[in-house]
Amino acid sequence: MIEVRGVNKSFGDAHVLKDINVSFQPGNVNLVIGQSGSGKSVLAKCIVGLHEVDSGGILYDGRNFTEMDRYERKEIRKEIGMLFQGSALFDSLTVEQNVMFPLSMFTEMSKEEMRERANFCLDRVNLTNKNHLLPAECSGGMQKRIGIARAIAMNPKYLFCDEPNSGLDPKTSIVIDNLIKEITYEYNMTTIVITHDMNSVIEIGDYIVFIHNGQKWWEGDKSEILTTDNKEINAFVYAADFMQQIKSMLGKR
Amino acid sequence: MKVITNIGKYFIMLRYVFSRPERFKIYKNRIFDEIEIIGLSSIPLVALLSAFMGAVITLQTASNMDSPLLPVETVGFITRQTTILEFSPTVISLILAGKIGSNIASEVGTMRVTEQIDALEIMGVNSLGYLVLPKIIAGVVTFPFIIIISMALSITGGLVAGLQSGLCSQEDYVKGLRYWFSVDDINYALVKTVVFAFIITSVAAFYGYYTKGGALDVGKSSTQAVVYSSIAILLANFVLTQLLLL
Repeated sequence: MIEVRGVNKSFGDAHVLKDINVSFQPGNVNLVIGQSGSGKSVLAKCIVGLHEVDSGGILYDGRNFTEMDRYERKEIRKEIGMLFQGSALFDSLTVEQNVMFPLSMFTEMSKEEMRERANFCLDRVNLTNKNHLLPAECSGGMQKRIGIARAIAMNPKYLFCDEPNSGLDPKTSIVIDNLIKEITYEYNMTTIVITHDMNSVIEIGDYIVFIHNGQKWWEGDKSEILTTDNKEINAFVYAADFMQQIKSMLGKR
Repeated sequence: MKVITNIGKYFIMLRYVFSRPERFKIYKNRIFDEIEIIGLSSIPLVALLSAFMGAVITLQTASNMDSPLLPVETVGFITRQTTILEFSPTVISLILAGKIGSNIASEVGTMRVTEQIDALEIMGVNSLGYLVLPKIIAGVVTFPFIIIISMALSITGGLVAGLQSGLCSQEDYVKGLRYWFSVDDINYALVKTVVFAFIITSVAAFYGYYTKGGALDVGKSSTQAVVYSSIAILLANFVLTQLLLL
């Protein structure tokens, strides 16, 4: 379980995260939703240690990440996989080398074993025969899938996905969402997805945390988010549902 | 104040750069890659510049020697001293600060803004060690060879220009080259070169690594890397000259 306890984070005068307390459910897909600029990506970066928190703590299965030195953090990070918004694949490495990279850094596997594992992960995300392409030669959806393959290469306990659907068409977004959901259950990972896509909430969200103006505004499961009378959540959900209404209106013609 | 903060950040960065690597084998491969990018790819530019600069030094010296009391051999002597003491180690390093410094800063800066460095950190890789250390080692190892090539080509360019213009004979030029020759001059030049190589690679990596923002900021970091590594080279040149020659 990942626990966030009383986390505060400021950048200069801007107080971005205000006393956030959340417990993310293990073995499930946890969604952090909110409008752009609400602080959800900063929260994710604080959880993985890319930003230092000003106060509060982050606990990975009871281990206090914020109090660890860099060597102890390194060990925790070997248990973390992360899919970045822009995929963050290494430009100079091929698809296969990207997936093999964490294996080559932290395992004693032979080159053949690493290649086998990389191919397994790429097969898992439905990417075959693309091993020798460079990231620049792949589409946005393919890059996301390679990012997922790289994230799961080390069999992580925790998976973080920052805006996994950004820049993708609706069909590819559903493919990526389903992949994240399947992999989470298959490997029994604790997954945290940062998104503002309501379709993802409906498709894959087991547990949802709503961040508004740097504060945790609401948390609950998928069924509750559609029935809550919280004004800010309704405003957020309605904005996305507007597109659904247009779709149903067009269908009636 | 910002300058002092940056100097502090630079030395903290160096501490992480020189911390124990995760995998020596991977670092070894990266060093060979960087030797090719930083060292070998610079040789054509250095060769061209050195040959022409040597030629110009010879022509300028020969055409400005009006006094009949000065022997013609002086042309070879001055070309050698200028080349070995300052042109090859300092001027070529300044030019390489432009070529290699901007290359390193833009490469590392792009990795920063596209979250590739964050990806390394999340994996538990020491991103500074992985990205910067191979560049520093490659620079420090290859620059002395590049500068020796530069010295040889500059002196040869001077000889060709002297002969072709008829301002001095081969015998006079070579005689001048051998006047009061001291191996210490070469050692002095190579010590300077190693220091300059370290400055170029580490300062450029510093500005690239701490880039914030987007593509525009990568461009700014590249410019800053070239400007500040050039200033650092000039300062280090002054200090080293005082220390080594006086």
